[in-house]
Amino acid sequence: MSAAVELAGVSVDFGKFRAVDNVNVTVQPGEFFSFLGPSGCGKTTILRMISGFNDPTEGVVRIGGQDMRGIRPNKRPTALIFQNLALFPLMPVWENISFGLEVRGVDKTKRRAKAEELLNLVDLHDVADRRISQLSGGQKQRVAIARALAVEPKVMLLDEPLSALDLKLRQHMRAELRAIQKRTNVTFIYITHDQGEALAMSDRVAVMSQGRLQQVAPPQEIYNAPANGFVASFVGEINAFQGELSAVSGGIGEFKTANGLFRAKVGPGVSPGIAAKLYVRPEHTILAAAARPGANNIPVDVADVAFEGNFINISAKTSDGRSLTVEMRNDGTTALPPAGSKMQFTFDPAKALILADTTLPKPGNWP
Amino acid sequence: MSSQKLSAWLLWIYLLLFLFIMLSPLFVMGGAALNDSRFPSVYPWKGFTTQWFVDLWNDPRMWIAGRNTLLVAFGVVALALPIGTAGAILINSLSGATRAIVYGFMVAPILTPGAVIGISTLLFWRTFSIPAGLHLSALGQTSFIAAYVMLLVLARLQSFDAGLEEAALDLGASHGQVLRRILLPHLYPALGAGAIIGFFQSVENFNVTLFTRGGSDTLTVYVGSMVRTGAPPTINALALILILITVTATIIYEVLRRRALAREMAADALLK
Amino acid sequence: MSELLRRYGIGLSAIFIALTAFWLLMLVILPDLYLFENSFRPYLPAVDVGGPKDFYSFANYLNFFQTPIHIQVFGLTVLFASVVTAICFALSYPIAYYLAKVANPRDVATLFLLLLIPLWVSEILRCFALFIMLSFKGPLNMTLIGLGIIHDPIRWITAYNSLMIGLVYVYILFMLFPIYNAIQSLDINQIEAARDLGSPWWRTHWRVIIPHSKPGIASGCVMVFMLSAGSLFVPSLLGSTTSRWFTEIIQQWMFDAFDWNTGAAYAFLLLLLCIIFVSIMMRVFRVSLADIAK
Repeated sequence: MSAAVELAGVSVDFGKFRAVDNVNVTVQPGEFFSFLGPSGCGKTTILRMISGFNDPTEGVVRIGGQDMRGIRPNKRPTALIFQNLALFPLMPVWENISFGLEVRGVDKTKRRAKAEELLNLVDLHDVADRRISQLSGGQKQRVAIARALAVEPKVMLLDEPLSALDLKLRQHMRAELRAIQKRTNVTFIYITHDQGEALAMSDRVAVMSQGRLQQVAPPQEIYNAPANGFVASFVGEINAFQGELSAVSGGIGEFKTANGLFRAKVGPGVSPGIAAKLYVRPEHTILAAAARPGANNIPVDVADVAFEGNFINISAKTSDGRSLTVEMRNDGTTALPPAGSKMQFTFDPAKALILADTTLPKPGNWP
Repeated sequence: MSSQKLSAWLLWIYLLLFLFIMLSPLFVMGGAALNDSRFPSVYPWKGFTTQWFVDLWNDPRMWIAGRNTLLVAFGVVALALPIGTAGAILINSLSGATRAIVYGFMVAPILTPGAVIGISTLLFWRTFSIPAGLHLSALGQTSFIAAYVMLLVLARLQSFDAGLEEAALDLGASHGQVLRRILLPHLYPALGAGAIIGFFQSVENFNVTLFTRGGSDTLTVYVGSMVRTGAPPTINALALILILITVTATIIYEVLRRRALAREMAADALLK
Repeated sequence: MSELLRRYGIGLSAIFIALTAFWLLMLVILPDLYLFENSFRPYLPAVDVGGPKDFYSFANYLNFFQTPIHIQVFGLTVLFASVVTAICFALSYPIAYYLAKVANPRDVATLFLLLLIPLWVSEILRCFALFIMLSFKGPLNMTLIGLGIIHDPIRWITAYNSLMIGLVYVYILFMLFPIYNAIQSLDINQIEAARDLGSPWWRTHWRVIIPHSKPGIASGCVMVFMLSAGSLFVPSLLGSTTSRWFTEIIQQWMFDAFDWNTGAAYAFLLLLLCIIFVSIMMRVFRVSLADIAK
């Protein structure tokens, strides 16, 4: 079975600006696949390229194994859900949904029936004859999904469709989108800058920065085993230490920093002499009264304690003024350290990673 | 009374006077159509008559001129709507210096005296041995009426989300279907306004028509020539009819415009 | 251009370009170029066209510069069209301001309609209507006598008086509406802020409202000047034996002498005049062509 979408050595230039740089990725049929990255990282360009609104400067886009060169957007088996949804304001809901069938010459009764069926699928009732302007944000969202599904696409492309919704609705729609995807078994390619969305919905996530793929992996792996410094710091909160890797033995490296010598797991492609940083997530650190043997310890002053309910966020300062974050779970009896108290910031070597320092090379440094 | 209120009051008086001066000649001219006097005036009033309307009805030249006027006006609207729309869509996709230059050529006819348009049209088509006549009047009028249509459509295009075109293409529509189902419906209000304005601009045109018409009359040229040679009150009868048509059209146009405006505002309010 | 292709495909783009090209080339640019070209050629009987006598010369323009009366009429046309423009501005500015910022919005709808009606009635009819009003024994004189303001009727249609009245009457609305639109877009808070800072009313107009409405004023001035200087009918009906207008000379060349080439030269001078006026307005008011025509 051929891949749903395959990008092979794809690059896109806008004048002198390289928006997408040699991207290779294969999306499997029925997969919920996300491109995650900050704005301007090239993810929207990739989406527009798959749907046919942009052409790759180099490389090939294949959909269902078929080379898409020279095939215009209206001939591709994809359906795009736009960031602003792009619903047709002058058509009632049902005509919006069945527009793709209308242009294929399907007769009106069939179109209407299909529209009703899809409205049921997206859990919208009694709105077929409404105007778009009479719908709420969440309803518009569902109409947009139904409209895209109507043309029975092999691949659905979604360009941050939830960004206009408020937080509550957004979280509800995440589950809804995921459910619709499983129900229809259509391949979803989802673009977002919101790591929570990407992690919660996707089977696999591709993290992008400055036109390049940084890591392609399932959500847990992206979070727990980031491939490099960019992925580590873009996805989730993290404490980073600058320093130098000296010796490596048994996958554990010794890392010399201004705050002392630490031990941590060595990430892929890192060896002494390569610019690297040590990363540790706030929830993998402990604020202890005394240094723990076998762990990495840094004396700190507690600066601020934020009680968030299910967890506690503590900001601490090292003697050289660096700010570190500790996250503790609230088990109901957790004692809050008073601000200003002197504590040890500790973490286990197995929970920390030494990764190549690829945090945002300057734009001038790459072709 | 505060000085602000006083000035508002003075402005109000001035506005009334202005309206009176603007409108009273039209009433006098219309009234003269009903005065039983050989001279086109309401003074002295010699009694009510409908004689001038009967004379007008029996004036064959008026009927020919009327038919010509409609022919030219429909021709102009039929030409100016597609041309102006195409021009607006084209200019909308240009930018920078090219846009400024093309825009300049497009609006130039609005800023050109009608006599110049008339004479240049006459001379240009003479090179192809096409003589003066109503067809030239239609072409000459189209040159500036298309510019009005272009401006109306361009203004409407600014409120169009190009993403809708992409959405339709993405759903499999051809470019023709996108134009017919997505873009044109959005432009309908502007096209309607353009058709009405274009029609009246054509009917009322004197300058361009005078030089290009050859031997044919349009109503406006007919009225113009009759008035200059000392008009019988049949012209007032015609004037009254034309004014009544214009007033009706103005009111319909305004009501439609305001209704569309109110609808848009209501839709906006719902969005919020 | 690539944007056009991307959005509408080759077929539709070709149609849009073809229609626009027909308009701009066949109806605008080439006719004006032919006008220019013809203005340098002599007026000849049909048999001689293209023959040895048909060569380019400045003869038609020399004709103008060697006829003092034509130069004088041209100068007076420029002068009086400018005066008409100034009068129209002075008369319509207070009304535009009143409608845009003072009047109750509910009344404005009605007032607007009352002003639109004369705008939509053709200039020929309005000119004729004014002609009836101003005639020696017409309603205006009789009303004034009836009110005891004058004892003997005034001869309105004399010298340039009636012509000026006519041009102002017929074209003033082309000044009023652009200025109204411009003032309307001014935030009322700016006027109130100026007043709050102690600015007298005339300074508020001079420093806040008029600068904001420059595009509208420029647009109105260009339209009124162009329409007045290029008016054919108003001078012919409301002009007197002593008021001559440049367009009347053009008509004489075209319709009486049948000398279309000299007519073309004179029409080109009129066009040149309007181009110069537009450039001056753009320079003085620092506005673009897009501000003037919209």
